[in-house]
Formats: sequence, C-alpha cells, structure tokens
Amino acid sequence: MAAALLADMAHEAALMPGRTLGSIFFGGGTPSLMPPTLVARLIDAATTHWTPAADIEITLEANPSSVEAARFADLSLAGVNRVSLGLQSLDNAALQFLGRAHDVTEALAALDTAQEQFDRVSFDLIYALPGQTLDAWQAELDRALGFGTGHLSLYQLTIEQGTRFASDVRRGEFAPMDDDLAAEFFACTQTNTEKAGLPAYETSNHARPGQESRHNLTYWRYGDYAGVGPGAHGRRRAMATERHKKPENFLSAVARNGHGLRLENALSLSEQAMEALLMGLRLREGVRLDVMASRFGFAPDALVDCNAVSRLQGHGLIIRNGPHLALSEAGRPLLDAILADIVTIEPVAV
Amino acid sequence: MTELSKIRNFSIIAHIDHGKSTLADRLIQHTGGLTEREMSEQVLDNMDIERERGITIKAQTVRLDYTAKDGETYELNLMDTPGHVDFAYEVSRSLAACEGALLVVDAAQGVEAQTLANVYQSIEHDHEIVPVINKIDLPAAEPDKVRAEIEDIVGIPADNAVLTSAKSGIGIEEVLEAIVTRIPPPGGDRDAPLKALLVDSWYDPYLGVVILIRVIDGVLKKGMNIRFMQQGSQHLVDRVGCMKPKITQLPELGPGEIGFITAQIKEVADTAVGDTITTVKGGADKALPGFKEVQSVVFCGLFPVDAADFEKLRESIGRLRLNDASFTFEMETSAALGFGFRCGFLGLLHLEIIQERLTREYDLDLITTAPSVVYRMTMTDGSVQYLHNPADYPDPVHIDHMEEPWIKATIYTPDEYLGSILKLCQDRRGIQTELTYVGGRAQVGYELPLNEVVFDFYDRLKSISRGYASFDYEQIGLREGDLVKMNILVNNEPVDALAMIVHRGEAEARGRQLCERLKDLIPRHLFKIPIQAAIGAKVIARETISAMRKDVTAKCYGGDISRKKKLLEKQKKGKAKMREYGNVSIPQEAFIAALRMGEE
Ligand SMILES: Nc1nc2c(ncn2[C@@H]2O[C@H](COP(=O)(O)OP(=O)(O)OP(=O)(O)O)[C@@H](O)[C@H]2O)c(=O)[nH]1
Ligand SMILES: [Mg+2]
Repeated sequence: MAAALLADMAHEAALMPGRTLGSIFFGGGTPSLMPPTLVARLIDAATTHWTPAADIEITLEANPSSVEAARFADLSLAGVNRVSLGLQSLDNAALQFLGRAHDVTEALAALDTAQEQFDRVSFDLIYALPGQTLDAWQAELDRALGFGTGHLSLYQLTIEQGTRFASDVRRGEFAPMDDDLAAEFFACTQTNTEKAGLPAYETSNHARPGQESRHNLTYWRYGDYAGVGPGAHGRRRAMATERHKKPENFLSAVARNGHGLRLENALSLSEQAMEALLMGLRLREGVRLDVMASRFGFAPDALVDCNAVSRLQGHGLIIRNGPHLALSEAGRPLLDAILADIVTIEPVAV
Repeated sequence: MTELSKIRNFSIIAHIDHGKSTLADRLIQHTGGLTEREMSEQVLDNMDIERERGITIKAQTVRLDYTAKDGETYELNLMDTPGHVDFAYEVSRSLAACEGALLVVDAAQGVEAQTLANVYQSIEHDHEIVPVINKIDLPAAEPDKVRAEIEDIVGIPADNAVLTSAKSGIGIEEVLEAIVTRIPPPGGDRDAPLKALLVDSWYDPYLGVVILIRVIDGVLKKGMNIRFMQQGSQHLVDRVGCMKPKITQLPELGPGEIGFITAQIKEVADTAVGDTITTVKGGADKALPGFKEVQSVVFCGLFPVDAADFEKLRESIGRLRLNDASFTFEMETSAALGFGFRCGFLGLLHLEIIQERLTREYDLDLITTAPSVVYRMTMTDGSVQYLHNPADYPDPVHIDHMEEPWIKATIYTPDEYLGSILKLCQDRRGIQTELTYVGGRAQVGYELPLNEVVFDFYDRLKSISRGYASFDYEQIGLREGDLVKMNILVNNEPVDALAMIVHRGEAEARGRQLCERLKDLIPRHLFKIPIQAAIGAKVIARETISAMRKDVTAKCYGGDISRKKKLLEKQKKGKAKMREYGNVSIPQEAFIAALRMGEE
C-alpha cells in the first residue's frame, strides 16, 4: 500500500507542479492506525513534490480510543501537528445510539493525550439527537468548551438516506428532531461558542481566531486539493477527481495505471461557479461575487438571481455589501433553501 | 340476412355494478361466441380504464347466434350499457336501437336510482322489459324482496323475473329463452328505401372510424353510396359486419339488424350519433327523430405541468376526442398556468376518466383547475353572457344578476342513513321535493344547485351512506342565485387556478376550508406566507404558513461537493416544475389536492 500511495501522489504532483502546499489532511477511515513511519514517508514525499508553506498544517483524523491514543507521540514525531478527534458525544447513552465503540472515559483520556502531544486539537460532537433537551445540550457544550481546544466541529444529526438511521426512522423506532426545535439548538450553539471565544467560522465549525482548519478552508474557499489514496476526492483546477474506494481496486488500478483514479470529471465553468458558491456561503466570511465571477468568466451579477437576493436581504437572511455576499445569523441555518433560491444554474458569460 | 321473426334486439340495463357485463359474458359464452380460452371477466369492458375500475364506460354490442328450445336459431343483438349516471347517454342510444331490455337488479342491493332512471327510459321506448334478479348466489340475496321492489317501485310485473347468478352461471339458459319468447322481433321493410340509425361511432386503429347502425328499413351492402341525412355528407361503404364479439364481415345488413359499417371516414367528429343513414340514390325522404344532444355539465381547465408539453396536450386531447365525442374543449390561457384547455364533461367521473386517460395513455402531467358549471349572467346593459370559467368573471358592478343551473336529484337509500343525507342536501342549499318510504328504504327528491354537486357531493353521499345510497339527477334549468367570485391569494397574489364562483352564504366556510388545506399543502418557505380567501377586496378567511427555520447540510467537505451540487441542481429542477405565485412555489399536487374538497 505504501508504494501505491506514493505512486498515486506522484501522479497528482506531476499534474500540479510548482505549487505551494498549505496543508495535509489524513482522513477518512482510520488513518491513525497507519504506521507512523508511513505517515512520515507520505509527509516527506508531499513536501518534496510541492513547496511546503512555512506554517504547514498537517492534520490527522482519529478515533478517541486508547489504541489510537497510544500512537499519538509517534505521529507527532512523524510531523503531524494537528489532530481531529471523533468524540461525537460526552454522553454514553448517546454514544451507544450513534453506534460508537468508545465510551466517554476512554474518549476523554484520548483527548488528554492528544492535547499533550499536539499543538492544535479539535474534536467533534453530534447534537440535536432525538429526545435531547436544550438544557442537556447546553451542559454538554459547556463541558466541551471547558476542555480548552482551539477548534470544535458541532454537527446536527442528519438522517441520511440509506443509513441505518433512515431505516430506523421508517420503522418508527425514533423520530428525528423537528426543524423548529433544531433551529433553537443551532442558535444556542452559536451563542455559547461565541461567548467562549470559539465563534462559528463555518456552518458547523468553530474556532478561536487563527485556529480555523486551514485545510478545510481550502475546500470552502474552493481552492485546489490533490486527493490521494482510496476513496479520496480532489479538485485539480477544473477537474473533479475521485479515487477507487475499495483498497483492492485502488491497488490494482495503481498497478495497472500508475494512479488510483476512478473518475476524472471536467467541470464546466458554471458547475465550478456553483460549487464555489455553495461551498463559500458556508463560511461566515461569505464570498466575493466579483472575484468569483471573474475567476470563472461570468458577468459580475450573473452568479446569483439578484431579485431573489434582494428579496432575501429584505427578509434579513442575506447580507450584501457591494460584491460581498454572506448569510446573516438568521440565514445561516437556512443555507440549503437559500441556495436553491438564489443560485443560477446557467449564468450568463461575459 | 336474417328473417325478422328470428331477430331479437335488447339492451342490458341496470344500476352500476349490478352485473350487466358479467351477464353479457355468460350469454356470449353460452352461445359459443368465445371459447373458454378467449374469455375473460367482463370481456366487453375492453378499455384499460374500464378493466381497472371494473366499470363499463362505453356501451358495447355483440351478436349471438342462439338455437332455442323451439329448435330455431335466432340472431340476438345484445347491447351492454354502462350503469354510471355520467354515461346515461350511452344507455339512451342503445335503447333507441332495441325492442326490449333486460333489467338487471342485484338481489342483495335491490332497486337503486339508476335502475329507475334507465328502466323509465326503456319504458318510454315501449320496450318489453325482462326483469333479471342477479347475484342470487350471494348470502345476502333476497330475491323475493327484490321482486316485490320491482313491482312496487318500478311498477312492472316481476312474477316472471328470471333469477340468475351471472357469476356462477345460474339461470343463463332461462335468460336466453326469455329473450326469444318475450321480447318482440323488430319490424321493417326490406323493399323500402334504406333507413338506418347511426347509433354510435368510434375510432379503431385497424378499421378506422367504425359506425354502429340499426337498420330500420331497406338493406345495407358493401359498395353502396350512402348519405348521412343530417350531416349531408356522402360515403362509400367498404365493410359491413357485426361483432361476435370478434369482428365478422357480412354480405349485408337487413331490416331489424344491428351491425357496423366502415366507409373511409376520417374522423369520428364527421359522424353525428342519431343521424339517419340512407342511400344517395332513391333514399328515404324523412329522417329518424335522432337523439337529444348531450351537453357538458362540468367544466375545468387542463394545463400541462410543463409548459413545453402544450402541443403534446393539444394533440392528445384531439386524439382522445376521436374516441369520445362527449367532451368538449377549447384553448384557454391562464396568467400563471400558461396555455391549456377549458374542457367540458358529462360529470365528475367523466372528468376524472378523461384526465386519467390523458395522464396515462399520453404520458402527460396535468394540472386540473376547480370544476365549474356554466353560469348565465345578465349584465346591467341587458346583454347576456355565459360564464364557463371563473377567470372570466367580469367586474361585478356590470352584472345585474346571475343564474346557475339546478338539478333534481333522486336519492335512494336505506333508512338508517336518511338523517345524514338530508343534512347534506340541506347544507348544499337543497330544497326537498319528495320523501317516500318503501320497506326499509327511502326515496328522497331534492332540488339542488349543480354547483354544489360538482365538488364532492357524490363522494360525500357515498361515504356517509357507506356506499349504500344511490344518486341520479336531471337538469331542471337556471335559477337566480347570490353568487360571487372567491379569490385565493397566496402571499397576496391571486391564484387564478383556485378562483371559484360560490354562493355568498357559503363563501366563508369554503374559503376557510381551502385556506386550511393549502396551509398543509404548500411547503414552508424562507418567509412567512399569508393565504387568504377574498371576495373582491374583502378577506373572508386567512391562514399563515410560518417561515422555515432550518435547512442546512451539517457536513460538507471536499468529498461532498459533487453530491451537494447534484442535490442543488435537482432542487432547482423541482422548483422549476412548481408554479410561482407571489414568490411562493406551489407544488402541482397542491392544486389537485386543494380542489378535492370534502375528504377529511
Ligand atoms: N356474487 C356475484 N357477483 C356478481 C354476479 N354478477 C356480477 N358480479 C360481480 O359484481 C361486480 C360488478 O359486475 P359487472 O358485471 O362489472 O357490473 P356492471 O353492471 O356491468 O357494472 P357497470 O357496467 O359499471 O355499471 C363484479 O365484481 C362481478 O364479479 C353474481 O351473479 N354474483
Ligand atoms: Mg358493465
């Protein structure tokens, strides 16, 4: 696998030469179970192919288990400088509901280790669970903020089609939280994190100023990223890339072609504009329509339906300042509906 | 040709579902028209929609060859008719071609509204009526009670009624013998000039336009030049035959016979039912009286969901019309629904069936506007206008008064439901004209505005009587009414497709009901949406849909973009299919559901 990953990376590097590398993210599955030596080799290779930024961010996703925590020291030595832990909850019953293997005690021990070993630590929590009370969530959030990490990801539970949750809901085993109540949970989350000095900088991500995930900001600001390894997605300028997901398919693809690509999809300018917009508006900072329009070759006002925008501005959901467009406090939990209203599918080109 | 004395022409008439088509099956089978293998249930109901709903919509004619107990072979022309009131015109045509009728009465249900309506028509034609008490196999069958009902309510002798179970094949031979011995043979003069009644016509994909005829006098042969006396057109007969029920070509049709011809006619619209057919040379001088023209009683707009489908809709309506001359259509434009058609129907079932056929057979997504009747408006300047469409309602200051069509409804019901039925009629501005009891059953007569009936009267009646009450109506002319146009406003913009003409006294209740329904049917938006019912500028009912508060994907990173984009595209496409009123997207199901009032 090591050789295949390195070959796969070399393939991307050859296609995107001479770029500065701002961040590396080991994610998906259980990258924390990779041998630290392999992690080191991959970091080495990446920083050789591309020019690393002075403050390069190297994040690793990990489960808060004792097994994984035991490797943190070595991973830190390998060059990892930020860790993101999938805590998910500070309540054992909720962890069970979410189908997690760890319990709270084990998770907090892992968090401790992580904070000892890494400068920057983030963890995630899932809230708006069926039956959860606002008080309970507030208490859990206060506790989470008390651990003093510089970054938190706070996700509302979404019942996605095709998941175990979806079939449980269908069978009537539990009812998802209703949207109005979920909106209150969201608002309470905003207030409390803000007070604690970790305001939301994206829909579900909170950070002390400067502690934002640089890597994820690349996605939301619609920068380029090379997706390397099984199942990885990438954006190589106008090209959407996707690797084989199953390790055996990935390995045989690399053996055959020298890379693990399953799909390369050239995105049209309007698709890119749409993607940039739907990602950018997740950020509190919003987007610059003029910059975006000229990047993709559209008329400055073409990317959004201006009537819809001013209407929603009137409803207090959007903030528009010349070319700058962002969602208001009230608008942020409504992003999907707002996008459906304002995005133009086929913008007029200049 | 068959000797007159060996011909019997009869219709099978009954209330809906009493077993006419099933009896026809047995008669066909018994006389060997179809083999066991070719047989299916209600074999004459050949339209998909008939088979699916288990009802007859179109009358069908079959010729049976029957060798009777007297050793003679008879030509029996059987006409199976629909039982539903919307298709009563099919019955009246068939009756005009016959000398007798089998009056089928369900042994468990007894005499019902359509039993009476149809048998009275048959009596008017001086027909010999053979009562057939069917479904005697049912545990609830009470043939003696039904026999008494036929005598008391219908007023014809029933001591010699034939008892049958069409389902299990009991009494079939007896029915055939009764036809031969009791129904008189037709009259007619073979040597007189040709005179034939155009009973029906339809489009057949193989044969083209097929015309069903009853020969009165003379003979019809292939190669003859014929003339339609009313239409004035001339045609060359290229096929003569009958349905057994398989198409069978014949050398000729003589007096008293029923059969079909084809004559290279392009469109069903070129043939007028009730017309008289004669020869071009040496033809008859006097035409037959013909039929009363059928008139549309219910109107609604049909619009394509996707405006691009308008041409397809036009074509499909045209083609459907080839086969069903009983609905009318003309182009209509709506501010929000775009181009469509205003169509006229014989009743609500007819409306529903045409709409369903367009949707299914022609693969069209349609929006149906509120059904409406035709109002007569006398304007202040003395002129008269007919209003088919609430959208055309003029400024009320110019209307002196309005009249609406009324009907006389006859409802037939078991006693126990009488109370709720009277209340229903009362609520619908009904005026009771009659109430009689016959052994555990009541017959109620009501005069009602048709407007009150087109919405959901029939559904309500069925549901409050658990399906036991039956209903029949006839139009009794126009009466003045205090009628107003009610607009429905969504986010302060009127929705033309939901506008309706209502009685002032009922506007508020109906407006409230509609607003409540729409509140459930329109999805929440990013802003709050007022829904109002208004007469002119006066709001009479109001509901509010609160604004949506949360709709956001929690997680969206590099690997999720493609999926998220596809989702957004899909969402945009879904929105494009909806109708926008005052920036509110209304899904098309909302129109249909909102208009289907009365179902709780
Ligand atoms: N038990 C029983 N059921 C019967 C009998 N005859 C007909 N049916 C059933 O009654 C239902 C209606 O029969 P149809 O023959 O379609 O009735 P119809 O009078 O032609 O109905 P329309 O044409 O719609 O007015 C069907 O489900 C038949 O199977 C019978 O003798 N016994
Ligand atoms: Mg039938």
